Amino acid sequence: MTSVPQVRSQAGPPVLDVTDLSVHFSAGGRLLGRGRDVVRAVDGVSLRIGQGEVLGLVGESGSGKSTVGRAVAGLLRPTSGSISLGGREITRLSRSQMRPLRRDVHIVFQDPYSSLNPRMSIGAIVAEPLRQHGVARGRERDRQVDSMLAKVGLRAQLRDRYPHELSGGQRQRVGLARALVLRPRLFVADEPVSALDVSVQAAILNLLTDLQEEMGFSCLFIGHDLSVVEFISDRIAVMYLGKIVEATTRLRLFEQPQHPYTQALFSAAPLPDPPLQRGRVRIVLSGDLPSPLDPPSGCSFHTRCPVAVERCRSDEPALTEVTGPGHAVACHLVDEHGPPDVAAAVAAGTAGTKEDRVHDQA
Amino acid sequence: MSGPAPADAQVPAPLLEPPRRRHRLVRRFVRRRLAVLGLVLVGAFVTLALFSPLLGSATAQDFANVMVPPSWAHPLGTDDLGRSELARTATGARVSLLAGVLSTALALAMAIPIGLVAGYYRGWADAVVTRATDVMLAFPFLILAVGLAAILGASLRNVVLALGLSQLPGLVRVIRGEVLALREQDYVAAAVADGARDVSIMARFILPNAMSTLIVQATVAIPGAIIGEATLSFLGLGVQPPTPSWGTMLSAAQGFLDQAPWLAVFPGLAIALTTLGFNLLGDGLRDVLDPRSTR
Repeated sequence: MTSVPQVRSQAGPPVLDVTDLSVHFSAGGRLLGRGRDVVRAVDGVSLRIGQGEVLGLVGESGSGKSTVGRAVAGLLRPTSGSISLGGREITRLSRSQMRPLRRDVHIVFQDPYSSLNPRMSIGAIVAEPLRQHGVARGRERDRQVDSMLAKVGLRAQLRDRYPHELSGGQRQRVGLARALVLRPRLFVADEPVSALDVSVQAAILNLLTDLQEEMGFSCLFIGHDLSVVEFISDRIAVMYLGKIVEATTRLRLFEQPQHPYTQALFSAAPLPDPPLQRGRVRIVLSGDLPSPLDPPSGCSFHTRCPVAVERCRSDEPALTEVTGPGHAVACHLVDEHGPPDVAAAVAAGTAGTKEDRVHDQA
Repeated sequence: MSGPAPADAQVPAPLLEPPRRRHRLVRRFVRRRLAVLGLVLVGAFVTLALFSPLLGSATAQDFANVMVPPSWAHPLGTDDLGRSELARTATGARVSLLAGVLSTALALAMAIPIGLVAGYYRGWADAVVTRATDVMLAFPFLILAVGLAAILGASLRNVVLALGLSQLPGLVRVIRGEVLALREQDYVAAAVADGARDVSIMARFILPNAMSTLIVQATVAIPGAIIGEATLSFLGLGVQPPTPSWGTMLSAAQGFLDQAPWLAVFPGLAIALTTLGFNLLGDGLRDVLDPRSTR
């Protein structure tokens, strides 16, 4: 079985091409700013999104997924690496050079309560991108705003309302309208449904899928809820501590997760089939995400990995397509025969304390 | 758009519509008795200041009626030159309110751009502004005002200048803090992603959202400035006689405290009531406008 990294399009340059992106923040630091500590929020991430493709980016809090989104949306400057939008490198552009390109990429945020200016009416909020880019004015602008509001399922009467008069779901619809009114080529959705009720989540996700089919934009969909990301994505990349540890098509990822971290994630998501759910071994990860201030040596997952071996502590695995094209994974234990069976190892109890394990297998 | 109309897209029926923001704010304000009292006090003194010419001349001397205690003919008595204490207190309200409001307006006009630039751009501009305000705040407000007034010379214009500059560091600090918090909001990030220019972001996204804090801050700053004006005038650094001001009236009354206590009581009362009024009003506005205070 072969699958290609880009699902829908192979022609033309990708809409988004991120190469070896790193974003480091300096944290606090000692007096007089000498020897500052560096948080490696994103550390060498590469990804591509083709025309009309939806790439899901999953990971737990602190994995750096939102930072990737913000860098792609031009909200923060990467420490190193490159980001190309439609073939044009943007990381070294000045603010004025960047301005016209901002039409092509828009972002929606997680919190529908802080993402809309409380002093602007809904109509003004949706019209703002049109205004900033001088796309349409007067009647024409109103018309475009109304048609965009209709597209996201909001009545035109809401145009004169203010954000505080709307529900969370309605606000997130306004956020979508605002982000899509310029018909961007790339849409960055930074956990757009995480703050919403489950029923509203479904409505917004359906809306997003409909809009994506209708308008044909590419999408970087950031999330931590596997079922949400599965629903919307063509391809999925899994992030852990600032790095992508596995990336492949949605189907392959769900059928054959290879990285031990991905396997653990899937075992944590409940199955909709009770007998299956009961018979399954849960891989429980111990401990928290290590601090990105001081990432572990070697494979950054080795401190929590149930099957880690000595090599994982010293050598950092590269993201390679070991088991076939279109399925990249960064793990020493994945070879051409497939991934390690983490669940079996956990069930058999060979995954004892870390010291024993490393010793046994070394 | 395809798909069924989702539940959350529905709008509440007109009957259930929340009352509009403005009405709600007015109602919440009116419910606070003390705030209303503050508004009444401030309103009363503003009226007094506006209509002071109707209460007679503040400078006409009448040596036949010197230091007359309050009576029907002279409601608040007369001073050592036979001038009507009522007319003088009313005219003094003009000076005090003018100095209080103008100096605060001046301070705001300077503090808003400084605070915006410091809070929005951070970096060295912020470092310079923060250090400078720290240094200025090391001097108590009145000491600073007295010092500035002494350098500038005594006149109403210089009182306004001195009080305005003395209020500046406190206001800059408040505005900078507010801008720091607001610039982290997602809607500001969204505006940046739209390609909005910095000036546009500050004017359309940050300043409007800082307005309620600024209004409250100004209402709280005005009584301080009124007391400051009275102090400067009391010390002879403010408005010069014969123009009446509450501070100069108090200063003149010092010598006659045992013969004519009303000369000190009425301007003192006027200062106390005006500042009380502004403070109550400011507290009320803070409760109503600032969603972070939950009282």
